[in-house]
Amino acid sequence: MRIKRIIPQTAIDSIPMPDVPDLALMDPLIEKYKTRKGNLIPLLQGTQEIYGYIPHEAFLKLNRETGLKLNEMYGVATFYAQFRLSPAGKHIIKMCHGTACHVQGVTAITDELSDLLNVKDGETTEDRIFTLETVACLGCCSLAPVMMIGEETYGKLTPKEASKIVKEIRRNEKLMENAKS
Amino acid sequence: MNKTTVIVGLGSCGLAAGAGKTYDEFHRIRQADKIDFEIKKTSCIGMCFREPLVEIIDETGKYLYGNVDVKRVDEIIEKHIKNFSPIPDYIIESEKYKSEDASFFDGQVKITLRNCGHIDPESIEEYESQGGYEAMRKISNTNMSPEKVIQSVLDSGIRGRGGGGFPAGMKWKFARNFTSDKKFVICNADEGDPGAFMDRSILEGDPHSVIEGMMICAYAIGASEGYIYCRAEYPLAIKRLNIALDQARKKGYLGENIFGIPNFNLEIQIKEGAGAFVCGEETALIASIEGERGMPRRRPPFPAESGLWKHPTNINNVETLANIPWIIYNGPEEFAKYGTEKSKGTKVFALTGKIKHGGLVEVPMGITIKDIIYKLGGGITGDKKFKAVQLGGPSGGCIPEYLSHTIVDYDSVNATGAIMGSGGMVVMDETTCVVDVAKFFLDFTQKESCGKCTFCRIGTKRMLEILTRITEGEGRQGDIEMLEEIAHTIKDSSLCGLGQTAPNPVLTTIKYFRDEYEAHIRDHKCPALSCKKLLTYEVIAENCTGCMACAKGCPVDAIEGEKKQVHNILQDVCIQCGVCFTKCKFKAIRLS
Ligand SMILES: Cc1cc2nc3c(=O)[nH]c(=O)nc-3n(C[C@H](O)[C@H](O)[C@H](O)COP(=O)(O)O)c2cc1C
Ligand code: SF4
Ligand code: SF4
Ligand code: SF4
Ligand code: FES
Ligand code: FES
Repeated sequence: MRIKRIIPQTAIDSIPMPDVPDLALMDPLIEKYKTRKGNLIPLLQGTQEIYGYIPHEAFLKLNRETGLKLNEMYGVATFYAQFRLSPAGKHIIKMCHGTACHVQGVTAITDELSDLLNVKDGETTEDRIFTLETVACLGCCSLAPVMMIGEETYGKLTPKEASKIVKEIRRNEKLMENAKS
Repeated sequence: MNKTTVIVGLGSCGLAAGAGKTYDEFHRIRQADKIDFEIKKTSCIGMCFREPLVEIIDETGKYLYGNVDVKRVDEIIEKHIKNFSPIPDYIIESEKYKSEDASFFDGQVKITLRNCGHIDPESIEEYESQGGYEAMRKISNTNMSPEKVIQSVLDSGIRGRGGGGFPAGMKWKFARNFTSDKKFVICNADEGDPGAFMDRSILEGDPHSVIEGMMICAYAIGASEGYIYCRAEYPLAIKRLNIALDQARKKGYLGENIFGIPNFNLEIQIKEGAGAFVCGEETALIASIEGERGMPRRRPPFPAESGLWKHPTNINNVETLANIPWIIYNGPEEFAKYGTEKSKGTKVFALTGKIKHGGLVEVPMGITIKDIIYKLGGGITGDKKFKAVQLGGPSGGCIPEYLSHTIVDYDSVNATGAIMGSGGMVVMDETTCVVDVAKFFLDFTQKESCGKCTFCRIGTKRMLEILTRITEGEGRQGDIEMLEEIAHTIKDSSLCGLGQTAPNPVLTTIKYFRDEYEAHIRDHKCPALSCKKLLTYEVIAENCTGCMACAKGCPVDAIEGEKKQVHNILQDVCIQCGVCFTKCKFKAIRLS
């Protein structure tokens, strides 16, 4: 059924939640949608765009300033696959598990990445670089199996290629981190 | 002399195949070498299996090049553009050369996809140069009344392309007949069927045709506000729709007294879906626009009477709407020339799975499934045996090879137990296990059920459990009958189409492949060698290099062998997890 568990998953439990985010960032969004009909989903989508997920504090703020009820907001947020209630990794790997990709053996690729990153579907790696997610159809079915990382779509994958791509991104991230420090 | 023009296909598929880099490379070399030619972009013509695609138009004609990755750009510029000598090896089709793959276009009739892959989707001028917005002008210039527009749509015989197949004209008529101070027109661009991408392709390739279709619908039913409900997984479609809407607004095609028709006002906005298959169902979609959980509501009242915010609302699918301007402009009789008695016009299919020429094809209704797969689709990959085709996604069913002479029209497809659906055609060969496919769909519908109806919510879960058991070798006598019983109960007691059709993949596979179910249950065998748990894993001594990859991966240490020595699997320890098979790079693990 289409209901997500609200409790953060175990893999993330071990990672400290970030501090309370800067809630003022939401002000223009709230201003824009405050009085509109059917504003609940756009407000949640906008909030997620700002923070990458919807922090509990943001729900409280929306409740205070727009009058939307907490139960309604949580009801909607847990219904739709798009909403996250805990922070995601920097790169979200969307593995297509649509029909065409299934028939072309995407499961083996997801298993490979799952092993490589040591996370299960929906979880975030400890270094917060990746979140692994399965989705239904990215619309490039003739290039199955397909995965999407950020805005980039990769088609005709094999387990080997997929792990090469992911390792490459991780290496670049580490390089960037080292350059900073 | 006309300048040589290079047109690069930049749809999502093309971009995934590297077309973006190809496009940039043409720009780079043109700049660096100061060569004089024009570079344009378009969307895709559906030939996914040869992406990236580039069309070159020069004074000698048009040339369609396939698989133009970055490395080939230089050669093409050097030979074709600079020295006027086209490269036959890379050409898919031109006046002189015709490669084998060009058979993909034979038998296609492009009405819905008339502009896809031919115009720049981000240019309203290019849409208009192809007769775009002429249908609206015709309505305005000839004072066509809303009733007459509806009559034309009725006469064309077009039925909804979103899955239901309900005559579009009838739906419009209902919505017209309810009076209200406000009415809505909604374009359903949620495209939830995993394995179908025609709507995405139309939105990316020809967004104005959908907008014009919505305008005509709004005029016909008397709506003043429009929504396009598009899934968030299609960022490029949303971007191009936004551009198109802006352009239409600037030209005054949206706003007030559109096309000089007094009191015809229309504004259209985009709503991004938030990831829920059930939101493709019209009442759930409406609930979602209203900002609630996307849970279907009871009908009647139908949306035509009480839809969005309780106002009369008409919902049509992207593909349906894209046909409308063509029908109005060319006349309903032109459209009705194609197709069968009860299914008029053309239909777009997304060919995927184990097929050589995967992509989008538009064919007249009435063509056989076999012709689509073999003539246009080039047959099965690796020349394996064709087993079945899944039509209609999670709501549809499996059509076996021996029924592949079935023609595609709503009624013939329904007679097999499948449905036309949105047009996803997933081709399966002898290595695809139908029980596994049925399990896959049940897993999908089970997760996507909104939970309102008991049988849909719990019944799908029970079915999934039984199917999982069967594929893991723990099937029991009576499981097939149990599946059938639960299936019929779910069909009878579900509120919306999701539950009513969810059992179809299981019922059709039982109907046509009962022996495969029985092989799983009785003999613990998977005839397609696909269900991991039902296989035996053995090392093929001649191929084994002793690389140890399998042994390292095996979770239960069932593989023994020294480095550079032939390995061996201890059958009584092995848990049939299949890891060794994926790890071995030397094809040294045999499945049986
Ligand atoms: C569970 C479910 C999912 C659906 N998903 C879609 C969809 O993604 N796109 C679509 O156009 N129609 C979908 N439909 C069909 C719509 O409810 C509706 O019939 C259609 O949008 C009407 O447009 P048409 O008459 O032009 O086909 C779905 C129906 C059900 C029951
Ligand atoms: S049939 Fe399923 S998806 Fe449809 S309303 Fe009932 S529970 Fe929800
Ligand atoms: S199938 Fe799994 S358990 Fe059996 S030998 Fe291979 S890796 Fe080991
Ligand atoms: S992975 Fe393949 S080649 Fe390597 S030891 Fe195992 S069976 Fe032999
Ligand atoms: S099924 Fe994977 S992209 Fe469509
Ligand atoms: S190439 Fe455009 S849909 Fe695949």
